[in-house]
Amino acid sequence: MAALTAYVILGGADFGGGVLDIVATGSGAPAQRAAVAEAMGPVWEVNHVWLIFVLVATWTCFPVAFANMFTALSVPLIIALAGIVLRGAAFAFRHYAVEAGARAQYMGFVFGAASILTPVFLGDAIGTLVSGSLNPLFAAASPWLRPFPIAIGLFALSLCALLAAVFLTVETHGWLQAVFRRRALIAWLATAVMGVAALGAAYDGAPYMFHALTSGPARPWFAFALGVGLITLWCLVRRRYRAARATAVAQVAAVLWAWAAAQYPYVIVPWLTITAAAAPRQTLLDFLVMTGAGMAVLLPSLWLLFAVFKGNARD
Amino acid sequence: MDHLFAARVQFATSLMFHIVFAVYGIGMPLLMLIAEGAWLRTGDAQFLDLAKRWARAAGILFAVGAVSGTVISFELGLLWPKFMQFAGAIIGMPFSMEAFAFFIEAIFLALYLFGWDRLSPRAHFLTALPVAISGALSGIFVVDANAWMNSPTGFHMVAGQVRDVDPIAAILNPFWATEATHMLIAAYVTVGFGVAAVHAVALLRDRRDAYARRGFAIAFAVAALLSPFQFISGDANARTVAALQPPKLAAMEALFHTTRCAPEMLGGIPDVAHQSVRYGIGVPCGLSVLAKLNPHAVIAGLDAFPTRDRPNTLVVHLAFQIMVAVGTGLVLLGMWGFVVAWRTRQTPTNPWLLRATIAAGGLSVVAIEAGWIVTEVGRQPWAVYHVFTTAQSLTAASNTIIPSFVVFSGIYVLLSAVLIWLLVRLATSPLPDQPHSEGR
Repeated sequence: MAALTAYVILGGADFGGGVLDIVATGSGAPAQRAAVAEAMGPVWEVNHVWLIFVLVATWTCFPVAFANMFTALSVPLIIALAGIVLRGAAFAFRHYAVEAGARAQYMGFVFGAASILTPVFLGDAIGTLVSGSLNPLFAAASPWLRPFPIAIGLFALSLCALLAAVFLTVETHGWLQAVFRRRALIAWLATAVMGVAALGAAYDGAPYMFHALTSGPARPWFAFALGVGLITLWCLVRRRYRAARATAVAQVAAVLWAWAAAQYPYVIVPWLTITAAAAPRQTLLDFLVMTGAGMAVLLPSLWLLFAVFKGNARD
Repeated sequence: MDHLFAARVQFATSLMFHIVFAVYGIGMPLLMLIAEGAWLRTGDAQFLDLAKRWARAAGILFAVGAVSGTVISFELGLLWPKFMQFAGAIIGMPFSMEAFAFFIEAIFLALYLFGWDRLSPRAHFLTALPVAISGALSGIFVVDANAWMNSPTGFHMVAGQVRDVDPIAAILNPFWATEATHMLIAAYVTVGFGVAAVHAVALLRDRRDAYARRGFAIAFAVAALLSPFQFISGDANARTVAALQPPKLAAMEALFHTTRCAPEMLGGIPDVAHQSVRYGIGVPCGLSVLAKLNPHAVIAGLDAFPTRDRPNTLVVHLAFQIMVAVGTGLVLLGMWGFVVAWRTRQTPTNPWLLRATIAAGGLSVVAIEAGWIVTEVGRQPWAVYHVFTTAQSLTAASNTIIPSFVVFSGIYVLLSAVLIWLLVRLATSPLPDQPHSEGR
């Protein structure tokens, strides 16, 4: 979960950067794109490694869930993967190409489009897990093509855009900052709309989760996410950008943890519990020890990276 | 197209693509380290230019490698979820360790690429160390997982169920050290010749190009010094295969019939229908000596195993011959270069040597692909040797196999095109006149 949170926040901001990139319009567009590229530049690679970690951790610790997810959700996962690949190629191309020009523009479009594909389809895949329509015999045709998962996918996309816009308000100033503020407000509105839509769709499409969020054990998380979301809006309106960044991150994290709490104890609602899907005890123990050791090396290194490059945001 | 075959081809394509970038992710940091170290020692700015240019190339290759690695992680689940369910708890750990190593490498590579202006020269040089070490560790961890597939330890099968999982025992399987060593050396040799090849092109145009001479010297030296060790590690690998995976050895050597004093088959085309080898040269008792250190030893041929346990001998034998032939050629090339440099006390610029190096850059990649074909095709029909077959591993979502095959073939074509374009531009872009910050 922790790794997933990190991925959603950091990787999500990255994807959101792509969204902002593609919607950048007008004479300020090159500057907007430059700001996106500059913010992402040193850290984009690193942000996406979290996804690999989520995959591998799921595989090692919950192999039954992993196998079932990949079998039943193969189509949305393939599309999400295509998005990741195209995005990576387009970004590497744009970042390392020595000259600009028509080709760079075209790759920019690929980059933006791919940035939309992945959050939507990953969100969709997660939505399907929760919806209760993932049948163990895979009899249901395309359970991922229902309203609830699709709403979750779009909700995920708007969260990504929100994160990116908020991060960019902190990293820019002047008229550019104002542009990203406006975008952040629009993104916030989008998350609110999609959030409501997803909740509505959950009434029929994901009853277990709907119940858990509104009257069950996940209610505190739900309320927290709502509350923090409103604070984010306030911070944006009042131009308190650093605070907005903190609350936006908290908001996204809260959404993610609310989802986890709502789905508990299932990995795949309503037939696969966490315990049933888990690996044997020895594996889980070894994995936790290894992760602890790894984090002891990784976290200081990450801190170093962000300190060196995000320290002087005023440059 | 048969689903299992399509899945295998798709996965093989992803792996063959990824290995090139993974190898460069292991090898380039070593070269960068040497170049920057040379600059700090001698103050010769051309070494600094080399370090920067190589770092830039490493960044591109690493980025594509990260993407292709993500594809493989997904494809493991998309194509082989049953294998993943079986093996996850047992051998998932090395993959997680690889994720950490890769993470660290990404972080420090970012610091290296973008930190020229923000870090002191000493600090900057030091950031290259974790990149090189993590790269090597990544390779070791992943190969460890593959070694487990060849010699599965760390669990028991009781009435078709997996019991007593011990991930540490799985990691310490019998094959890991020999496989990992062989792969690591292969990575350094390949990158050495690959980079030397690029500079050789420049040297063919102008033998006095000082930048190219230095680049060539460093890269070629690394490759030449390490390649002879492949004979030793390759021999160790073959002996381990002889002990633990006899069908693979029989296929590699195209040994159809169990034989005492078995010949080492050089070259030759296996004719499975007639259970013989055509046009080969058999070194008498050679295989018995190499595999068991005893010319009178009996080596199991393919006839000792049930038909379904026999790997595709034609493919495995030919791939093995290609790998050994190229490997031998690389060692000879390294020796040639070394002798010339020793005699002339200069970087070799003999045009034939340079052309051979250019060929070596590509052929060393061929050797790596051939080697992986030997070990993977040689393990068939097993995914986990004698425990779980490749066919058993295949996904039940069969309607996605062909579409995903088509989609991903298209993506790989696109990726390769982008990459070649980028690298050519990088190689042909003009050198800076003075050292300056790169990377933005």
